[in-house]
Amino acid sequence: MTTHNDSAALDKKFAQYRADFPILSQIIHGKPLVYLDNGASAQRPLAVIEAEQRYATSMHANVHRGVHTLSQRATDAYEGARERVRAFLNAKSSREIIFTRGTTEAINLVAQSYARPRLGPNDEILITWLEHHANIVPWQMVAAATGAKLVVAPINQAGELDFAAFKSLLSTRTRLVATSHVSNALGSVLPVREIVAAAHAQGVPVLLDGAQAVPHCALDMQELDCDFYVFSGHKLYGPTGIGVLYGRESLLQEMPPWQGGGDMILSVSFQGTTYNELPYKFEAGTPNMSGAVGLAAAIDYVDQIGLGDISAFEQDLLAHATQALTAVAGVRIIGTAADKASLVSFVVDGVHPHDLGTILDQDGIAIRTGHHCAMPVMEFFGLPATARASFAFYNTKAEIDQLATAVANARALFL
Amino acid sequence: MDLKELYRDVILDHNKRPRNFGVLAPPAASARGHNPLCGDQLTIYAKVEDGIIKELKFEGSGCAISVASASLMTEALTGKTLGQADALYTQIHGLLTHAELPNSTCTAELGKLAALSGVREFPARVKCASLCWHTLQAALNNPTTSVCTE
Repeated sequence: MTTHNDSAALDKKFAQYRADFPILSQIIHGKPLVYLDNGASAQRPLAVIEAEQRYATSMHANVHRGVHTLSQRATDAYEGARERVRAFLNAKSSREIIFTRGTTEAINLVAQSYARPRLGPNDEILITWLEHHANIVPWQMVAAATGAKLVVAPINQAGELDFAAFKSLLSTRTRLVATSHVSNALGSVLPVREIVAAAHAQGVPVLLDGAQAVPHCALDMQELDCDFYVFSGHKLYGPTGIGVLYGRESLLQEMPPWQGGGDMILSVSFQGTTYNELPYKFEAGTPNMSGAVGLAAAIDYVDQIGLGDISAFEQDLLAHATQALTAVAGVRIIGTAADKASLVSFVVDGVHPHDLGTILDQDGIAIRTGHHCAMPVMEFFGLPATARASFAFYNTKAEIDQLATAVANARALFL
Repeated sequence: MDLKELYRDVILDHNKRPRNFGVLAPPAASARGHNPLCGDQLTIYAKVEDGIIKELKFEGSGCAISVASASLMTEALTGKTLGQADALYTQIHGLLTHAELPNSTCTAELGKLAALSGVREFPARVKCASLCWHTLQAALNNPTTSVCTE
């Protein structure tokens, strides 16, 4: 818990970063934009925009192919970005860093290349009720193809994983655990260290979906000890179309490529093909160099601010938002886990979330409304949809107060 | 843009007190409609005799626009012929999607349904208003199917 003085110091520190995000200083429907949909996609600082522009104006050519200067520059920029991601995650080797289009593609890669060849009838994949569809559907596809079973660990009314139940569902049949690090629909932080320890005690590898965690907390793959960790660049203030699969090298070595094409081979003949080494084995075709460079710039930007301070400030925003929204008559917060990332999912008595989203937009306030691609979570709480305000370090308490006022006004319209 | 253009009193009233909310037992025709983006779900029930819609009911859950649209639709079409229902469907489709109304007399003919005209200024919400109309078409023409906006 931050003290009042800490809180004021953090407010002051973080007020200076807002100007780094050109998109935030615009007017929507006559009102200053209040962007509270960071969980869906965060905005990009100038540092990221300029890094991508620098790449396009002075470095771009195809990578890993040419002997000419630009190809070398592009290769250096792309591989430099990989090393930047490795350092950010404290992975042992850059061979463990695979660039993908995003979290979804990274999970599908593990599903198709790791799980599908290994699993059969009687095998189980263990997930939780909190998962985003991207961490459900790829495993359903594997289950359908192999006869394996998808097992779902329950949650409680606060939206926390029932860890005792999770442990009891781990069995000799479990071949893989795949859970989110932070729930996108509710913000609940899962006990990932305990999950990894429990799974490893049974010899079961663990994939963590870090899409919602990476913007909020520092990570250390060697300390966390998970087997796969996946995230997207655009939720970390980077570009869309770029994401990361971290994989333990020994597992990645055993896995077959999942897409064939250029760059993932050492030699090709009609008698057979020799696959390239890690990480290139999993990067068929020309990759998203510009996106990787932008992601590296986003990591530089976030690191320079410091994820420790970011987390402290966002927790302050979360506490403020929880208090401000709870004070609005008719508001019920969905997801009250003890450990939460900086987002609030809520419903308003008598106002459908979809109507609320339209009404807030007229006040320049952008929130997400709907099932958040987590329909099982909505079903658990017996709701078709919720409204979700998700905060980044460039948001302010004043913006949260505007949100609370706008929600109260929306309720008044429907009374 | 004024929010009261979208949330007119008629819309708010029909959202709060939906008319003809309920179920009709078979042999009444029925169809389910679903908007997966926002989770709106509704079922339309229609009792048709001699080409006339004798009774029209709906149930389900959704946003104010989808509930009001369904409520207004059941009010407008009860007692109408299938031909009139088709014609109104076309008119409403035009009302929701065209930048300008086909002609100025249109809104007068539409009566209370003209309240839905504010929706076309909010493109993200057009599907909310049109879901019940598509679902009714399915119930009347192909009563075993369900409709999805996506």
